[in-house]
Amino acid sequence: MKHNEKIDNAEDIVLDIQDLAIRYVTDDATTYAVNHINLRLKRQGTLGLVGETGAGKTTTVLSILNLIPDPPGVIDSGKILVNGRDVHKLSPKELSEMRGKEVAMIFQDPMTSLNPVMTVGDQIAESIMLHEGLSKQDAYKKAKETLETVGISGERAGDYPHQFSGGMKQRVVIAIALACHPNILIADEPTTALDVTIQAQVLELMKKLKEDYKTSTIMITHDLGIVAEICDEVAVMYAGQIVEQGTLREVFKNTKHPYTEGLFNSLPNMNDRNSKLTPIRGLTPDPTIIYPGCTFAERCPYATERCHTEKPQQKWINENHMVACGRYDEPDFHIERR
Amino acid sequence: MKFLKKETSSDGRSRYVKKSKLQEVWHQFKKNKGAVVGLIVLILIFVLAVAASFIYDFKTDICMLSRNGRLLTPCLEHPFGTDHMGRSVLARVLYGARYSLLIGFVVVGISTGVGTLLGALAGYYGGKVETIIMRTVEIFLMIPNTLLGIVFVAVFGISLTNLMLALGLSTVPHFARNARSSVMTVRGNEYVEAAKALGVSDFKIIMKHILPNALSPILVQATTRVASAIISAATFSFLGLGVPSPLPEWGAMLSDARPYMRDYPHLIVFPGLAIMITVLAINLVGDGLRDALDPKLKR
Repeated sequence: MKHNEKIDNAEDIVLDIQDLAIRYVTDDATTYAVNHINLRLKRQGTLGLVGETGAGKTTTVLSILNLIPDPPGVIDSGKILVNGRDVHKLSPKELSEMRGKEVAMIFQDPMTSLNPVMTVGDQIAESIMLHEGLSKQDAYKKAKETLETVGISGERAGDYPHQFSGGMKQRVVIAIALACHPNILIADEPTTALDVTIQAQVLELMKKLKEDYKTSTIMITHDLGIVAEICDEVAVMYAGQIVEQGTLREVFKNTKHPYTEGLFNSLPNMNDRNSKLTPIRGLTPDPTIIYPGCTFAERCPYATERCHTEKPQQKWINENHMVACGRYDEPDFHIERR
Repeated sequence: MKFLKKETSSDGRSRYVKKSKLQEVWHQFKKNKGAVVGLIVLILIFVLAVAASFIYDFKTDICMLSRNGRLLTPCLEHPFGTDHMGRSVLARVLYGARYSLLIGFVVVGISTGVGTLLGALAGYYGGKVETIIMRTVEIFLMIPNTLLGIVFVAVFGISLTNLMLALGLSTVPHFARNARSSVMTVRGNEYVEAAKALGVSDFKIIMKHILPNALSPILVQATTRVASAIISAATFSFLGLGVPSPLPEWGAMLSDARPYMRDYPHLIVFPGLAIMITVLAINLVGDGLRDALDPKLKR
């Protein structure tokens, strides 16, 4: 199998998620949030993780930091290797050293991800003190410098979060994440809570910092425009599974999976402003039910009898492009968008 | 420019520099007139409590039977009158401030400290830790405070220290419950998760991220509890389990004066007023402090 051959010669893989399955168990029901996914992040690469709300994107990345709340979260299977070390086998101390230093996370909503009673300088310095063992003064000085790199004057380090605008808060959040130069940066919808002009600024900043700091990034988003802007690899997630994965060019230009096609079709058409949107019909499947066949079959325009009964296998079309759709077993199947 | 102070640098240009945190808190506190009045009154009470030992002699003026006339109504020589043993009520009220303030603050210190710690642990960790702590606390909550205190004093003996321990520990459950609920509302915030994602230890998360944000209900409860601690101490003194008799604790003075209060109301009016004023001042300061410590309320 091509996929496995690639792992062997992969010195340049900073993050390797293998066969990860996570479910949330409550008294009433079991929610299958992530169902046996494989993901790899190349050194200095940017991976876009795309999918609808509830597809399991956030659960996947939280598990990289071992932050799945337990209970109710249960990790059924899988390994997560960060720089070759299994995250779930680390001691609490090692875990605490890894968080923030090797893997840092930018949270979705800058309004709530800053502590309202600490100055932003203190919040940035906290992580520096913890991971670099600097004294309070040195850490604070470095926090000011970090603040400057995200385009905020160092003099504002003594201000509280409520004295900043939304876009500036998100810059502060980015500064906190980047303060210790992590190898892997996870950005969980970093621009969702921001307006479009600020979005552009923040993305521009992230692109620049990615190059300066040489970090590898996982970008969670449901905006395909952002993916096209800054990612070089894309994984499309649907109902806890990765249905299509590949380089940006392959997935965007040579789309294979009907769900990915649906995502592109539901974008507004800039050339014909009067045309109606074509959304994907139906709703995301109930995550508490295990479907015998393809989870997308219910909504898929190409679904056959077999799709409802048989799980699709992951197929590597070429070494840069994977699709999980059963119809590709038929030699001349293709989707409309070509 | 309110939070900035003007500073002239070496090259002669003036610029605005941020004040330190303590200065900022003081700046906010100053704006609240009531809190400033409360603080002044509280300082005055402290000063008087200290000065009392220079003006009056503990043995002759405070404890022993006096040569003054008994039960004198307020006059020039004894502005607050004298009690049934001829002792000046003014002297005893001033001296009593020491006991009442000590009891008020130590008791609240014990119950806030222990209660907040237990509540924070329960609220932060949840699960088994919470079950064990909170069910134990609830068992103690079933027993009336006073009864619990009486049992404690009865077992360990009557003294000021034991009284304060008894009162402090018996109100721990209220603080634990309050702290737990406010910690639980803060725990779910994204910045707590963000701190975890940075590898900050649980202890630091509780101390730096959760407690400062959960502080206002705890602080409000603490200030009101100072008042009830002073009053509870009075109850204990009345039952003979609190401050031993000749000591002029305000509550003890109230209970001493009980048989005479119909004909000589000044015996309860002055210690009562003293309790009221102290409690009011503490509450005003507590409110002001809560607002001053909360950076979101800055205007």
